[in-house]
Order: sequence, then C-alpha cells, then structure tokens
Amino acid sequence: MIISIAGGKGGTGKTTVAVNMALSLDDVQLLDCDVEEPNVHLLLRPEINETRPVYVPTPKISEDSCDYCGKCSDFCEQNALFVSSEKVLVFPELCNGCGGCVIVCPQKAISERKREIGTVKMGIAGDVELIYGELEVGEPMAIPVIKEVKRRIKSHKTTIIDCPPGTSCPVIESIYDSDYCILATEPTPFGVHDLKIMVEVLEEIGIPHGVVVNRAGIGDRKLYEYCEAHEIPVLLEIPFQRKIAELYSQGIPFILEMPEWRERFQEVLDRIKARVGK
Amino acid sequence: MKQITVLSGKGGTGKTTLTASFTVLTRNMVVADCDVDAPDLHLLLHPQILETQEFRGPKLAVMDKAKCVECGVCRDHCRFNAISDALEVDSVLCEGCGVCVVVCPEEAISLNERISGYAFISKTKYGTMSHARLNPGEASSGKLVTLVRYNARQIAEKENRELVLIDGPPGIGCPLIASVTGVDVGLVITEPTLSGLHDLQRAIQLLNHFHIRPVVCTNMYDINKENTEKIVHFCEENGVQVAGEIPFDSIVTEAMVNGKTVVEYSPQSLVAREIETVWENVLSILDKE
Repeated sequence: MIISIAGGKGGTGKTTVAVNMALSLDDVQLLDCDVEEPNVHLLLRPEINETRPVYVPTPKISEDSCDYCGKCSDFCEQNALFVSSEKVLVFPELCNGCGGCVIVCPQKAISERKREIGTVKMGIAGDVELIYGELEVGEPMAIPVIKEVKRRIKSHKTTIIDCPPGTSCPVIESIYDSDYCILATEPTPFGVHDLKIMVEVLEEIGIPHGVVVNRAGIGDRKLYEYCEAHEIPVLLEIPFQRKIAELYSQGIPFILEMPEWRERFQEVLDRIKARVGK
Repeated sequence: MKQITVLSGKGGTGKTTLTASFTVLTRNMVVADCDVDAPDLHLLLHPQILETQEFRGPKLAVMDKAKCVECGVCRDHCRFNAISDALEVDSVLCEGCGVCVVVCPEEAISLNERISGYAFISKTKYGTMSHARLNPGEASSGKLVTLVRYNARQIAEKENRELVLIDGPPGIGCPLIASVTGVDVGLVITEPTLSGLHDLQRAIQLLNHFHIRPVVCTNMYDINKENTEKIVHFCEENGVQVAGEIPFDSIVTEAMVNGKTVVEYSPQSLVAREIETVWENVLSILDKE
C-alpha cells in the first residue's frame, strides 16, 4: 500500500508525520520525494548503501549533418532549441527529454546524450528502508528525480511518500498512484487556504484522503469546520508543544522520546486500511 | 529599479508573513507573490483585483477517435506514460510535448491550448500587487512566475517605483529559479532547525550559482539558540551577510488569523520591532548593491 504525505503549504509537518509514522509501523519503506530540499535523512540518519545518478536524455546535434532547417526548434514546446542560419543552440535545463526533436529532424542530425541532474540514495535506518532523491543545485526539473525515487517502490511493503510543498507538478508526480494521501496541515488561515487547493487536486485525481493537524491549538477552528463540511476525516492531531518543536529542531523524531505516539500512528494506518480496503 | 526575492528552501519558515510586513513598512514599491501554486500573501494584503490575465501553460494532446486506427504508435513513443493501453490521454501526465502528434500515421492527434491559471494586477492599501493563481495540479509554474515578475516590473516602471519585492516559493527548483534570476538580493528566511540549516545551505548555493547576493534572516531564532548560532557561524564562514533574527511570538499567528500583518496588528511588540530592524538592514544592503 502506498500512502503519500502532502499538504500544500510548506513547513506544516509533512516530514514529521512521514518519519514518525514510518518508525511506528512494520515492514516500511520511506520515500523522500521532496528532492529540492530533502530532509527525511536528517531525522533518520540512515546508513547509505547505494547512490545512483539520475540522468535525463537531452539532444546532441551533429553539426556535420544539420542543415539548419529549424524543424527541431519549431517542434520544441519547451523552447530548449534555437536554430540560426549556422548554429544550433541547446538549452539543456529547459529540455524535458520528450525525444521529439530526434524524430522530426529530416537529416537525422540529432541524437541523445545523458545528462546528470541529481542522485538517488538508498539506505537503512533501523527497520526502515529509506530512498531519497537530491536535485542538483541549479537544475530546475525535479520530476525525473522523483520518478527515479518512485521506481523503487516495493509493492509488498507499506510505502510512505514524503511529498514536496506546493500543489503543482512535483506534488502530482509524488502522489500519483497512491492508495491514500495524508494531508499534513496546521490550523491557520495559510494552512487552510493551501489545503483546499490540495483537496481539489486529490478529488480530481481520485485519491482518498484525510487530514493530520499539526501544531493543534494554534490559530483558529476554521480548519475543523472545513473538514467537517467536506467530510474529510481528521486522522490525528499533533499538539503544539515545546518538546515536540525542540526535538524537531534537533532533528530527533519525537516518537523516539514519546513512544506513546506509536500506537496513535498505528491507528491511523488501521483507519486508512479500512478506508482503502487493503 | 531594484528587485529582491524572499526565499527559504524549506517551506513554512515565515516568508509570506515577513514579506507582508515588509510591504506595509515600505512606500514606493511593487510587491509580487511568486508562490503561484500555494499563494498566501493576498490573505494578509487583501488585494482588490484590477486586471486579470489568462495564463496558457503546457498544451494537451487531444485524440480524434474517429480517425484513430488504434495502432498504438503514440503510446509507444510517449515518454511520460500519458497514453494508456486503451489509448486515452491522461491529462495529468501529458506534458504537451507533441511527440504523439508527429508520430501518429493517421493525423488523429492535435495539441490544444488550455488555461492553466490566471495572473492578476491588484490594488492594495500599500501599493500595487502582482500575483497569480495556478490551477490546482497544473505544471509550468515557472512560466507563470515569469509572467508575474514581468507584470511587476511593468507596473514599477509605469508608476516609477524603486523596488520590486518578490515573495518566492519554497524549494530550489523551476519556480524558485524563475523567481530569483536577475534580482539584486535574495533574502533567505530560515529557522533554527536541522532541516532549516540544511535547506539554507542549498538555497545559498543556488543564489551563488546564479550570482545573486544572499542575505540571511533567522526567524523564530529562540526556538533553538544553539542552532541559531550555527546559522550565524555558517554565514560568517561563507561571507554571507546576516540581516538579523526575529523571535518566536504567538502574536504572529494571531495577526494572521485576523488577516493582518504583524506590524499592523501589534506594532509595539518586540517581534514587530525586530521585523522593522531586519528590513532596514536589508534595505541598506540593497542600497549598496
């Protein structure tokens, strides 16, 4: 079963929920798909046993065969190619690797080369298998790195996916094919506003979802009113407590110091299982 | 005209809360919300929309079933797995690249434009605001960010403003890169947590990569003073200027619940005064740029 943890707004506790939940369950793999700013490994401190580069295909022009007809740049929706009367410029950061330029070139002057844009790291922390991606600084496209992380999902395990903030393509890539999505949020106007956008996304894709309220006690009651009105279950509340905040600041999963939470996360999994029917 | 982007790497460190306060504290400025997929600045600045523009993001492949002979060539060539075995286009996975259009022997596929969001130019009590709203789940937020920034610069020129203040998105990928390219200063808001420190380092690497001057502010610095020292130490070692530290105060959330910036809601509070100091420091660094 695949459970993703998203939220919309950043800093609402996605990683906290993902890590503490993974540590509470058996036979778990945890995937950190926030490849722009991965943080799970800071809390889990895994032993890394494999690192793999992530490549994307990008066009390579053979200037010998090219007659500068410009069909490739006309085709490219990403504007990753520019053709002048005697030169072809490739902007690899803009290329999404669709391969279309290779197909449309009448001179067969375009081939593809591999370009490294990030890495995937695999390791073990206690009983938890961790896989996380890291986008190289300066590279704009997170999606291929997220795909490489997700390629390592094992269907017999409980897979927990820590998603990036926001509600656009990297989040979609991360939550896609999940059986359930936990929305980690906080009871503030910003939290509720961004949560609503995520709920729209999940309804469109058709992924069942529930809310974990982080920093419960701050803000107001609007989040609860929204969840009730839209029949979104509140799975768990993590109170705003100095101890939890301090442990997080030190990079310690709070469950290690507050083991009474283990059972609560297990109950969340039971509720999700009942909802999903697995 | 100068441009400054507020960023953080890690989400939830207080970018928008602080940007809103900076806006209230400054005249002669245009503010831009470049967090287009989860924008929140409008919740504090209450813009009145003057102009709405449609934003066309990636196109979408559309199949004419009457012409389709079900050969499956399109599916075999699609690198985004956006065409199912039943030869249906998945609008979520389709990147609008057009490969299916060129490989289809029956010319049964075309690319359609779609509206992926809206850009707005609005009036606020504190000046003009450029912002946007990407439709939920859409791609290409970087392009929409570019449009928001273009609008902001146009307004600044027209109204003869000296500064464009940009509220950036979290992360360091495409929308953030679009938010920082060509600005004079990147103000990184961090928090004294292990994650905050880690993400700060990547955010500064990114600013260096694009030759933008980084300036750092630690928000909620008193949550873990040891980590705050580590942040200051890291900045010193790397020649990064520090604009100051802002304490944790529940009044910040209280102000947000009331739809107000902290400097308006509680101008005499310590946190409001520290925000003012940080902003003065940032402006004086910007002056020297």
